[in-house]
Amino acid sequence: MSGQLIPDPTAPLTPSGNLRRRRIVSRAAEVAASAAAVAAIAVLVIVIWTVVARGAKAIDLDFIFTGYPTGVGPMLLGTIVIALVATAMAMPLGVLIALFLTEYAGARGTRLLKLTLDLLNGLPSIILGLFVFALLVDHKQQSAFSGALALAIIELPLIARGSQEVLQLVPKGLREASDALGVARWRSVLTVTLPTAIGGIVTATVLAVARAAGETAPLILTTSVFDPKAFSVNPFEALPNVPTWIYKLSEEGNPEGFTEAWGMSLLLVSFILFASLGARALLARSKRKLSS
Amino acid sequence: MTSSVPSRVRVQDKAPIAFLGGVTATAAIQPLVAPELVFDSRGVSIFYGAKQALAGVDLGIRRGQITALIGPSGCGKTTFLRSLNRMNDSVPSFRIEGQILYHGHDLYGSSVDRVEVRRRIGMVFQKPNPFPKSIYDNVAWAPRNLGLRRGLDERVESALRGAALWDEVKDRLKDSALGLSGGQQQRLCIARAIAIEPDVLLLDEPASALDPIATGAIEDLMHSLKGRFTIVIVTHNMQQAARVADRTAFFSLETAGPKPVGALIEADETTKIFSEPRDPRTRDYVSGRFG
Repeated sequence: MSGQLIPDPTAPLTPSGNLRRRRIVSRAAEVAASAAAVAAIAVLVIVIWTVVARGAKAIDLDFIFTGYPTGVGPMLLGTIVIALVATAMAMPLGVLIALFLTEYAGARGTRLLKLTLDLLNGLPSIILGLFVFALLVDHKQQSAFSGALALAIIELPLIARGSQEVLQLVPKGLREASDALGVARWRSVLTVTLPTAIGGIVTATVLAVARAAGETAPLILTTSVFDPKAFSVNPFEALPNVPTWIYKLSEEGNPEGFTEAWGMSLLLVSFILFASLGARALLARSKRKLSS
Repeated sequence: MTSSVPSRVRVQDKAPIAFLGGVTATAAIQPLVAPELVFDSRGVSIFYGAKQALAGVDLGIRRGQITALIGPSGCGKTTFLRSLNRMNDSVPSFRIEGQILYHGHDLYGSSVDRVEVRRRIGMVFQKPNPFPKSIYDNVAWAPRNLGLRRGLDERVESALRGAALWDEVKDRLKDSALGLSGGQQQRLCIARAIAIEPDVLLLDEPASALDPIATGAIEDLMHSLKGRFTIVIVTHNMQQAARVADRTAFFSLETAGPKPVGALIEADETTKIFSEPRDPRTRDYVSGRFG
């Protein structure tokens, strides 16, 4: 049998048998995979290009700093407030969860909690929005705070898992060193572990904010009935915000509204892109620092 | 089944006398003032899960002296060292039998707080592990966290002087400790450990990652720290043990039982261990015939 596979060991090393056909199939698979990869890049480029092409002409100083109908300042301000409130809730909790995972949890607790966080991360944002709506808004009133709460739930698993990955990179030797000095674990965590990992924790948080900033569904349920002319930072009323305003303008069939929606989309996309890229660069840097 | 080993490897510091039998004979010939024991390990066996790492160690460690633990790899000497300040507690499957007395207190007693244990029994590790902070902050870290803020500058200086590092770093105390050479980092770790004035220093192969010059500096340092601290050092390097230690304990793998297990073969004055060891296994090891 083996004699048939290699008929003559001394023959020149050119393709023989069905090798030619196998090479064509192999090449086809390679081309298909490469094309898919290019398509992924193309999708991003086309989307960004569209947003830039249609949105750029809407953006000027008035657009950013005045209220409706000349600009979208209140929406930008409101989104910033909502994101800040959400992060103020999610970050401490997320970092504590990460610390629990890396410093205190046993193997079983770790597995269970990681799974929980990953499932939470996979929940559709409309469900979270509905949950917060039922909890805080229904029969009461809309508020930026309830929107922020929904966004905080979205940010929480991202911050916890991201921080945990960086905390795990803190060298074991540092923990041993602080343990061996007779200092209680929590003080070691505060003064050695956290400062060592802070770059990565900030990164995880920025990525989470970038993700949450564009979430629309929970905000439509919790903070969508607002006055687009009023600059406000009071989180206990419904605050204007970018995603719901984009949604509202797109729904109305008014050409000027479309342009405005594209302009806001451009601002939002730029923020998310720059935040993500910057955070990733920062993360790579702090990981390099930790593993060197 | 695993406990078949200990009784035969029991080692007495004053073995020849003890063999004559009886407490009275021992007491009669003992020096007027018995050496004060900082650690008194009695029948210590250590397990990691089902695997026994160490069997029946009886070893006294004397105050103010340098005691070296030597022996081939895997004989349990680092395991024993790490059990002296309960660093093994964080290993999930770790289990210890027997007793380790520290100044007469059971180190593994129920009321013992391991943070307090390590406050008094410092440790320096094989690989230098300075914090990613400045040189000053590395040394000042533990005093600060233990509430010893008064006279911090003096404390840092005296610790750095104690570790023979002051002259090399006094002009760059605010620089990152990670910029120091390996040998300097290890001396910084020693300074960090002595800054809180522990009672005991445990050194786990402190020079194994260093070049000969840095190793010499660490050995000089140990001589200068002797007396102030009780020092226990694990080393692979027999010459190092011979150079620095007052007493030497030789650990090896006991193969008589069903499974090989680490055991203390012999402990005595360093000169005796190297010149006239009682056990043939010690003789083979110190003469370089194995290990």
